[in-house]
Amino acid sequence: MAVYLDHAATTPMLPAVIAAYTEALSVVGNPSSIHSQGQQAKRMLEEARERIAASLGADPVEVTLTSGGTEAINLGVKGLFWSRGPRKRILVSRAEHHATIDSVEWLEAHEGAVLDWVPVDSEGRIDLAYIAGALDDDVALVTALWANNEVGTLQPVEQLVALAAGHGVPVHCDAVAAYGQVPVSLGGLAALSISAHKIGGPVGIGALVISRAATVTPLIHGGNQQRARSGTQDAAGAVAFGVAASLIAPPDSALRDRLIAGVLNAVPDAVLRGDPVHRLPGNAHFTFPGCEGDSLLFLLDAAGFSVSTGSACQAGVPEASHVLLAMGVPEQDARGALRFTLGHGTTAADVDALVAALPAAVERARAAGYADRVPVRSFPAGPA
Amino acid sequence: MSGGVDSAVAAARAVDAGHEVVGVHLALSRTPGTLRTGARGCCTIEDSMDAQRAANIIGIPYFVWDFSERFRLDVVDDFIAEYSAGRTPNPCMRCNERIKFAALLEKALALGFDAVATGHYASIELDEHGNRELHRASAWAKDQSYVLGVLTTEQLAHSMFPLGATPSKAEVRAEAAARGFSVANKPDSHDICFIPDGDTRGWLADKVGASPGAILDRSGATIGEHEGALAFTVGQRKGLNVGFPTDDGKPRFVLEIRPKTNEVVVGPREALEVGLIAGSSFSWTGLDPYGSGIVDAPADAFECDVQIRAHADPVPATAQVSTSSTGERELVIKPVDPLNGVAPGQTAVLYVGTRVLGQCTIDRTVSAVPVPVPAA
Repeated sequence: MAVYLDHAATTPMLPAVIAAYTEALSVVGNPSSIHSQGQQAKRMLEEARERIAASLGADPVEVTLTSGGTEAINLGVKGLFWSRGPRKRILVSRAEHHATIDSVEWLEAHEGAVLDWVPVDSEGRIDLAYIAGALDDDVALVTALWANNEVGTLQPVEQLVALAAGHGVPVHCDAVAAYGQVPVSLGGLAALSISAHKIGGPVGIGALVISRAATVTPLIHGGNQQRARSGTQDAAGAVAFGVAASLIAPPDSALRDRLIAGVLNAVPDAVLRGDPVHRLPGNAHFTFPGCEGDSLLFLLDAAGFSVSTGSACQAGVPEASHVLLAMGVPEQDARGALRFTLGHGTTAADVDALVAALPAAVERARAAGYADRVPVRSFPAGPA
Repeated sequence: MSGGVDSAVAAARAVDAGHEVVGVHLALSRTPGTLRTGARGCCTIEDSMDAQRAANIIGIPYFVWDFSERFRLDVVDDFIAEYSAGRTPNPCMRCNERIKFAALLEKALALGFDAVATGHYASIELDEHGNRELHRASAWAKDQSYVLGVLTTEQLAHSMFPLGATPSKAEVRAEAAARGFSVANKPDSHDICFIPDGDTRGWLADKVGASPGAILDRSGATIGEHEGALAFTVGQRKGLNVGFPTDDGKPRFVLEIRPKTNEVVVGPREALEVGLIAGSSFSWTGLDPYGSGIVDAPADAFECDVQIRAHADPVPATAQVSTSSTGERELVIKPVDPLNGVAPGQTAVLYVGTRVLGQCTIDRTVSAVPVPVPAA
């Protein structure tokens, strides 16, 4: 069995979640039906919503369940933008998740949004001074990560909210990566996006937590089952999400630190990316000079470790991470990125095994070089 | 694994033969299309997904490796540069030479693999001393040894062609169906993969620009106008628009492309007939004929067959490595009967029987017989 160090991609479903989920799946009833069976489903759904809300310091009515993090972010960003018309400006950094970047760029292309790109520092932290200078009455919204999903850097959400409040500008926060790792709460945010499968729940359900004080224009129209979303509600998914929310157990940062120290010791020229201290407890992200991240990923996969380059594949082609590029990392260095993310079930033995396997993988990946390396066309003699 | 039926079956056969196999799809473009269109092209997201499905069914790991930058530099830019120099390149050959059996093979070897296996129809055989030889596939109709003629002995040592002994493509499709591959009936891709609509002329005009220029006869007289010289190929007859019938009532063919002056020279078919082909960029696939009993003395000519296009018939010829008037070592090939429509830039592949000896990129040709030029 492979050692799973890609919890940021998705974390295994907790046994208690699977039990609750499968039991709930056998319950018949649309939560919107008036009859008793419908009411039974509705009760399951609302108890789950209460659990999710409780994990975020929010009221149940503030929790709009969605199909996942991406829909939540789309709803948060586009819904706030539309409700804030005629204001057109959006403050957003280039180190956001693609769900955010592609949403704001869509708004720019189709809805006249004016994007005001917020710089990030070399650790991936948004520039509060820039935001302070850029905030004005014509800003529709600010959107930011709670913690960067690739390099793990925690963002100054509280200060951001305070700054925006001074101008009455709503803030959407993408907490998909942070939820379950660090305490996350709605606080003064207008909207907050989360996803169940990052905390041991199922794929296919997430939520946009929308403050009572905020208005978002819906993306999906129909039966008005929820405050900002139409569509039959997934009671079983919500139950599973609710159980996972009630069982949140952040990863042990000591294990992360063991991994970071081990990697830097085993591969001395590896570079830790993101804030070394103020980072997600389950995230360790490096660049390995001279290596292509996907070569390392391949070699570690063959050696029994599931890891990630951290960045999304653009149309199947591995691309240098836009997050690292936004942090000012040169493209060549960015190509050598590898992200290890720990979660429930990760052991010290797993970490040590990875650290032991890494030097050989790095040596081979270095020999393979970067993807644009000029072939030397010299091959070892002898038949294969 | 391109996503086609051949590479899928080749991968499965490599597994059956006991090898530890990983499926690799080459990302050759940074902006691949989403859907395959008809039978043309390849390399779309849909093709990548087809390849992954086949790998999943075989039960092997699957990865996409990015060679888009190398492909752009070594194949696409080379293609443009060759056309810009008035030559007719073969991009599939360049891809085999520089990408599949160079960039990919080197990366694979560095990562711990022993060989690259592809779905090409060609066979690797051993001579009595155990030396590797590249041979035509059993099914000559599908034989692709021509585009592999550019492989060197060293590259051949790390290559596998599991489809080489298959009697027909139909058999490969039947095997794919029996193995449950969704691509069993997928149309073959043809044409140039980075020009998915097949319009090479339009594509080149878009990349390097096209401006009208003169069509000349062999005396230098202007007899027509073209929309851009680069997209013409030596031997081409269609699309000249020089009027018909011509003075002598015979059709005109492209004899020469002069990119610097944007001129195309045309003439009668006889003027296309070539009696000598030479190129300084040559290589041997397997043992050098001078060291393997085919030729005795180092400077002797040897008998062989020459093939100048992927789907051309091989014709008898003699070949010899000699020193050109400029002091360059070049491979000189003399077809026994004159060859028609040979363009600089094309690759001449030499065979002895079914065995691929080697190849050269054609630098120059010499007419078989002087064809009198009518007075201007």
